Amino acid sequence: MPHDHHPHRPDDDHALTYAQQMEIAVRELLIAKGVTTAAEITAQIAAMDARSPANGAAVVARAWTDRDFRAALLEDAAEASRAMGFDLGPLRLIAVENTAEVHNVIVCTLCSCYPRNLLGLPPDWYKSRAYRSRTVKEPRKVLSEFGLHLPEDVQVRVHDSTADMRYIVIPQRPAGTDGWSAKDLAALVTRDSMIGTAQAKAPPVL
Amino acid sequence: MGGLPAGVVPQDQHDFALWEKRVDALMVLGSGKGHFTVDGLRRVLEDMGADAFETMTYYERWIAAINQNLIEAGVYTTDELGRKMTEVAARGPTYGDACRD
Repeated sequence: MPHDHHPHRPDDDHALTYAQQMEIAVRELLIAKGVTTAAEITAQIAAMDARSPANGAAVVARAWTDRDFRAALLEDAAEASRAMGFDLGPLRLIAVENTAEVHNVIVCTLCSCYPRNLLGLPPDWYKSRAYRSRTVKEPRKVLSEFGLHLPEDVQVRVHDSTADMRYIVIPQRPAGTDGWSAKDLAALVTRDSMIGTAQAKAPPVL
Repeated sequence: MGGLPAGVVPQDQHDFALWEKRVDALMVLGSGKGHFTVDGLRRVLEDMGADAFETMTYYERWIAAINQNLIEAGVYTTDELGRKMTEVAARGPTYGDACRD
């Protein structure tokens, strides 16, 4: 959601920065050279904008409700997600499952590798120096900053993503959701729960 | 970076600006068409040094890395880039003015 009530695109009416100037120049040169077209760039942005954690949530909810799908997802997450109709590109993807004994969290210490095809663009904190530096060294402390306090007897596994290998966390299915449909369950699956910095939401108390 | 001491994880989030989404699209399209690899981008980002992480934003670093890789791949020359940058800046003082579309 935009932070302001300004009617214009916020990046359109500030002084041109050097990086913006370069972006325009590079884009126009690539179009002039026939590498890409304006329409292709627009379509790529639209495709990226259309990706949201709802995609990942649908995958997780199906894994919670469909035993065969869960097995397929753990075997090859990219292939199983493709079979649900999600465009994974050439991405290799590993699904890691949280249990009562093991909690998984993903990071990219190098930069910003992220299961973007299922979750959309990564949040700013995922790309921050602090998250990338500390998650591999003191994951429990980092998770506690997100409000996730794990018992000492739960093992924490940190997965460092690369350009070639990305991860998505299958959070634990919340208690009190027996008999729920995959659609209803998906509403409990948040972005952060698939990164591993949160649990899936608890069902609302009636 | 992994394993180094650092401060509290910042939780603030900014909306992606149009130019940032365009940089992202150029990265995906350029690498998808084989003009550079993610490793090629990575090398430029690492060459920038630790300072760049403090002084430049994420997509500021990425457009610089994409540009460097495209020049090295021979897609266009430094001279062509220079002339285009000058042309873009001459269009007006804001991003909206400088975009031709």
